[in-house]
Amino acid sequence: MSLDDAIGAFAAQVGPNGPVTITGLGTRGGPVVGVRTVRAPSGIEWIQPAEMTIRCGAGTPVADVDAALAEHGQCVVIADFGTIGGALAVGHSDVRRLSWGPVRDTVLQLRYVSAAGEVVKAGGPTVKNVSGFDLCRLMVGSRGTLGFLADVILRTRPRPTHEQWYSSRRDPWALLGELYRPTSVLWDGTTSWVLLDGHPDDLRGQAAGSELVAVDTPPDLPPHRWSVAPSTLTELRDEPAGTFVAEIGVGIVHRSRPAPPAEPDPETVELHRRIRDEFDPAGRLNPGLDVLAVT
Amino acid sequence: MTVDAVARSHVAAPHGTTPLVARLRSVLRPDQVRDGVSEVNLYRHDASNLVGHASVVCFAESTDDVRAIVLVANEFGVPFVARGSGTGLAGGAVPMGGAIVVSTAKMNRILSVDPVNRVAWVEPGVLNLDLSKQIAHLGVHFAPDPSSQQTCSIGGNVANNSGGPHCLADGVTSAHIHAVEAVLPDGSVTVLGGEEPEPAGYDLRGVFVGSEGMFGVATKVCVKLMANPPGVATMLLDFADVADGAQLVSDIIADGIVPAAVEMMDQLCLRAVEAFIHAGLPVEQAAALLIEVVGLPAAVAAQVERIGELAGRRNVGGVRVAADDAERALLWKGRKSAFGAIARIKPNYYLHDTVVPRHKLPEVLEQVYEIAARHELLVLNVFHAGDGNLHPLLVYDAREPGVVERVHAAGDEIVRVSVAAGGVLSGEHGIGLEKRDLMPLMFSEIDLAAQADLRRAFDPRCLSNPDKVLPSPAGCGDIHSIPEGAWV
Repeated sequence: MSLDDAIGAFAAQVGPNGPVTITGLGTRGGPVVGVRTVRAPSGIEWIQPAEMTIRCGAGTPVADVDAALAEHGQCVVIADFGTIGGALAVGHSDVRRLSWGPVRDTVLQLRYVSAAGEVVKAGGPTVKNVSGFDLCRLMVGSRGTLGFLADVILRTRPRPTHEQWYSSRRDPWALLGELYRPTSVLWDGTTSWVLLDGHPDDLRGQAAGSELVAVDTPPDLPPHRWSVAPSTLTELRDEPAGTFVAEIGVGIVHRSRPAPPAEPDPETVELHRRIRDEFDPAGRLNPGLDVLAVT
Repeated sequence: MTVDAVARSHVAAPHGTTPLVARLRSVLRPDQVRDGVSEVNLYRHDASNLVGHASVVCFAESTDDVRAIVLVANEFGVPFVARGSGTGLAGGAVPMGGAIVVSTAKMNRILSVDPVNRVAWVEPGVLNLDLSKQIAHLGVHFAPDPSSQQTCSIGGNVANNSGGPHCLADGVTSAHIHAVEAVLPDGSVTVLGGEEPEPAGYDLRGVFVGSEGMFGVATKVCVKLMANPPGVATMLLDFADVADGAQLVSDIIADGIVPAAVEMMDQLCLRAVEAFIHAGLPVEQAAALLIEVVGLPAAVAAQVERIGELAGRRNVGGVRVAADDAERALLWKGRKSAFGAIARIKPNYYLHDTVVPRHKLPEVLEQVYEIAARHELLVLNVFHAGDGNLHPLLVYDAREPGVVERVHAAGDEIVRVSVAAGGVLSGEHGIGLEKRDLMPLMFSEIDLAAQADLRRAFDPRCLSNPDKVLPSPAGCGDIHSIPEGAWV
């Protein structure tokens, strides 16, 4: 079955009525419990290396996309677990965000199945496009409450030929200031870890200049993500070292306990209500899921 | 009642003040509200050829001012349109239906700069290049660099999701906006997005950027700043055949190199620019590529060498690498003064903006030349080749009978061949009025209905910059008016 046929079949499964939820590999929370469950089409439709684009079903495992792109010396900026659709629906970026940017900037075009059971296209296939409203960014992070992702065209990037993690006891903000475009700067209150990619001579030069020591792996990340303004990360100096790993310059703090619920202002709550009412008036897609409440 | 009909009752009168103007003067300082016919007429258009109709112009100085204006607009049921510098090329800021023009030009303060975390808060009227100049001493810059960057505003960049030559590697405006404080179309004020990387809920920041003023008015913008690169190499490569230059662009990307910028100029453009700035451009060649690579020294040197090798396989003529900052500035001056230089050829021009897949550049460029020739028009091409973003420039003399119609017909064909080649309607100018009625080339009725749903969620009364982007009235009860100068 072609991807387009599979999308048609997927839309028919979602249908126009009744509560329905979606799952991929269940690595990012899984479906709403007790509701009819559907799965998005999977499979890579094409890779265009000179365009730096890939088209695949939303149900395609990130690992499959990564392996296929590796053959062309490319990759996507999506953490390598679960499915592409799951990663986009949740919208969390990986630890390379400091230099590689957020997941939301990866999507060029997507199709989703709407609450009416119709296939809707958003965005366009080219690497640059400002034609119409940006429904792609609306869908990324919307956790399947506005539509179920069917297929996507993603922007790829060159896979680094040389990449190295380093550690240091130096202040992470000093490293952030003196290194040129580090891929990641992590800090646990005592130790800093830095990921660099690029030309090997430049890596050596940067590492020597900043007294970095090569290490095999980055630290293990505690399971919960806290999202804070990067300027407030200095407050972590008052917390016991080793209880967190912070993404310096980004504002994600990985902790062992969940983040407190967000406290959105009434205007934001109202906008969310109106958007969901427009896209899913019956509240049938992932029923009961409140995107403002999940962390 | 349609938006037009409502607005007609509030048209600025030469004698006496309308109730709308009187109300606006009661909520702002009187001198912030201008309704003189000649002054209001200055705001009927942007940098496109499209002309609309405003009833009054308000110069906001704060979020509170914008909110007050929007509340009055709601009270009177009159549309409003935010306006930065008016440099848009698609009619996005052209007031329709006697709208209130909300100028943010006086909201031009840089509010805060955090050079460590590379974040700044600015007001929407701050000019793009002014921002980068003011923070240059901190070793950072704002990456989007539209050709109009000396005069365009950050608020306008947000509305249009603007691009520029250096957006190839670093992304267009949306990738550089953390948050927007906005006055929503009902007058409520909120912050969309945030300095934090993953705010709860939908990416309303991402939705607002590029919404062409139809989701409210940005009153503060939190921008991402980028570290200035330690090394830069600027190369000029010339070709006897346009197709070779265009093919090289794909070769470079496929090889794993994403330069900071890859710009192409064709012969007519090279000649016009050379006559203007005398930079020693290769005027005998069919086309030239201006390529810039940035970064650490070993990477820059390796990329320059590799690009030279790849160019050799595409029959490159000359390869000129700028020896110093002065030569680099001269080469960029050549690229950025193209629009000024063409005034030497003909008094008028129409600048187009479409994107095609990079590998289709040779084929679509050929079609562009053919279309121009068939309509007996001169066309210059100067564009962002790295991301396939074409900017055919049709030059003409509007005094010549029938020429404007030919320019419009050729423009329509250029857009159609771009979309047919797998491309899109606009890469950075936006849809506005100019391409509103071409949206069905890219989107089905179902696709467009979803965009209209989003618009309605933000602006149920459709008062914020109505008549733009969406080809059908989006359930707002307004009937599209056709502006003067429209070609679609």
